[in-house]
Amino acid sequence: MQLEHSQPSTYNDKVVRQFSIMAVVWGVVGMLMGVIIAAQLVWPELNLGLPWTSFGRLRPLHTNAVIFAFGGSALFATSYYVVQRTCQTRLFAGKLASFTFWGWQAVIVAAAISLPLGYTQGKEYAELEWPIDILIAIVWVSYAIVFFGTIGQRKVKHIYVANWFYGAFILAVALLHIVNSAAIPAGFMKSYSAYAGVQDAMVQWWYGHNAVGFFLTAGFLGMMYYFVPKQAERPVYSYSLSIVHFWAIIFTYMWAGPHHLHYTALPDWTQSLGMVFSLILLAPSWGGMINGIMTLSGAWHKLRTDPILRFLIVALSFYGMSTFEGPMMAIKTVNALSHYTDWTVGHVHSGALGWVGLISMGSLYYMVPRLFGQKQMFSIKAIELHFWLATIGIVLYISALWISGVMEGLMWRAMNADGTLAYTFVESVKAKFPYYFTRLLGGVLYLSGMLIMAWNVYKTATSGKPVLVNIPQVSAAHA
Amino acid sequence: MDILFLLVPLSVILVFFILGGLWWAIYTGQFEDIEPEGERILHDD
Repeated sequence: MQLEHSQPSTYNDKVVRQFSIMAVVWGVVGMLMGVIIAAQLVWPELNLGLPWTSFGRLRPLHTNAVIFAFGGSALFATSYYVVQRTCQTRLFAGKLASFTFWGWQAVIVAAAISLPLGYTQGKEYAELEWPIDILIAIVWVSYAIVFFGTIGQRKVKHIYVANWFYGAFILAVALLHIVNSAAIPAGFMKSYSAYAGVQDAMVQWWYGHNAVGFFLTAGFLGMMYYFVPKQAERPVYSYSLSIVHFWAIIFTYMWAGPHHLHYTALPDWTQSLGMVFSLILLAPSWGGMINGIMTLSGAWHKLRTDPILRFLIVALSFYGMSTFEGPMMAIKTVNALSHYTDWTVGHVHSGALGWVGLISMGSLYYMVPRLFGQKQMFSIKAIELHFWLATIGIVLYISALWISGVMEGLMWRAMNADGTLAYTFVESVKAKFPYYFTRLLGGVLYLSGMLIMAWNVYKTATSGKPVLVNIPQVSAAHA
Repeated sequence: MDILFLLVPLSVILVFFILGGLWWAIYTGQFEDIEPEGERILHDD
């Protein structure tokens, strides 16, 4: 590829700055919603007797805010940052990139208004009604054009592994969103799914689990493969393993979804297929996790002094933990105990708070000072404090829900000698009170860490100023 | 379970696309001499 003289000489970091700041803002909002609904489970009076503030409407608001607003903004920000650096070229179609920012924020605001008002398609993680779904599809296609356009005009022959993960995440989410959101509109903000009954359930969890696989895993693995080596100042442990990791995970992910529908009307063989694929996934997941953690081999001492690296490595540990726990829970006999209990909620949060949250925070702590012309974050002590608040918060959260989940699962199946149930449902709810309280405490700690991050990011941004970063001249060997 | 007549072909088509991607990557030399590529990102700014 030839260098042209007319080509721009700086990276497009404006859109990266915008998404980074909004990731932090939506992080605070989404985690605050989580704390509110956790408190509602402890003290139901906090539903306030109003429809708009009831748990059933605020819970999808929480999940959408943390996954799509916080996680989504972090993915947009880091993917735009990484693809430009690793391809040594400016973002393709700057105006379209800017549209993805404003379009995505419009989606989030529309969600924040429509969900409390009760507009929902009733599909988990795909609640938003059809007009918003269409906007999501338009923004997502634009995102794909910007991302792959940038890859297309790269000045380096090799496509760095992080871009493969980001690329798979963008394509898979487009497909999943369009298939699962297919619906017949019945007026503005009302629609009926194109599928019915168990068919609809299968499509929903084909979407739902692949959203976990491609949005919450592949995208954030892209982050991991760039920011862990950068922060550790060492190349990834085995670059070949990272390539195997990528292809293995995308070939095997698609059919794990039926494990969400164990012991339902779904045919038995489909359930077993889902279980087998879930178990297979353990191998590529752990391969990637080990590859990430071993990047530090020979430089473990850095963990003592560098809180950002600690965020990234502990994130990987939680990734390893939840990708072990997940396949175990997909085994039908284990699922018979765990399904519909708090164990599932705990498992999701070990992935969400531990993996997605910590890896995003670590990556943002790496990027933010560089985006505002600073050497490092305003306060390293504050990062340290954030790390401990977040880690202790997660441990409290997930261990409380492990106990609560296994306990209620055992209570539900306990039988008297005469074959009647040993406990009523409400007795299992009552028994969960102390664990719900501990979970709330964990959530409050995690949120307070996020507030400290918001302050730290604000101080870093205001004590520096947006800078233009030059694209380095590519050496002939790579061009 | 008519839905499987949609989801299974969709997944098969997807696998073909993924195979296409893998084939492209191998035959355009994406995976030749890759270990230095991990090193290179450390010097990109």
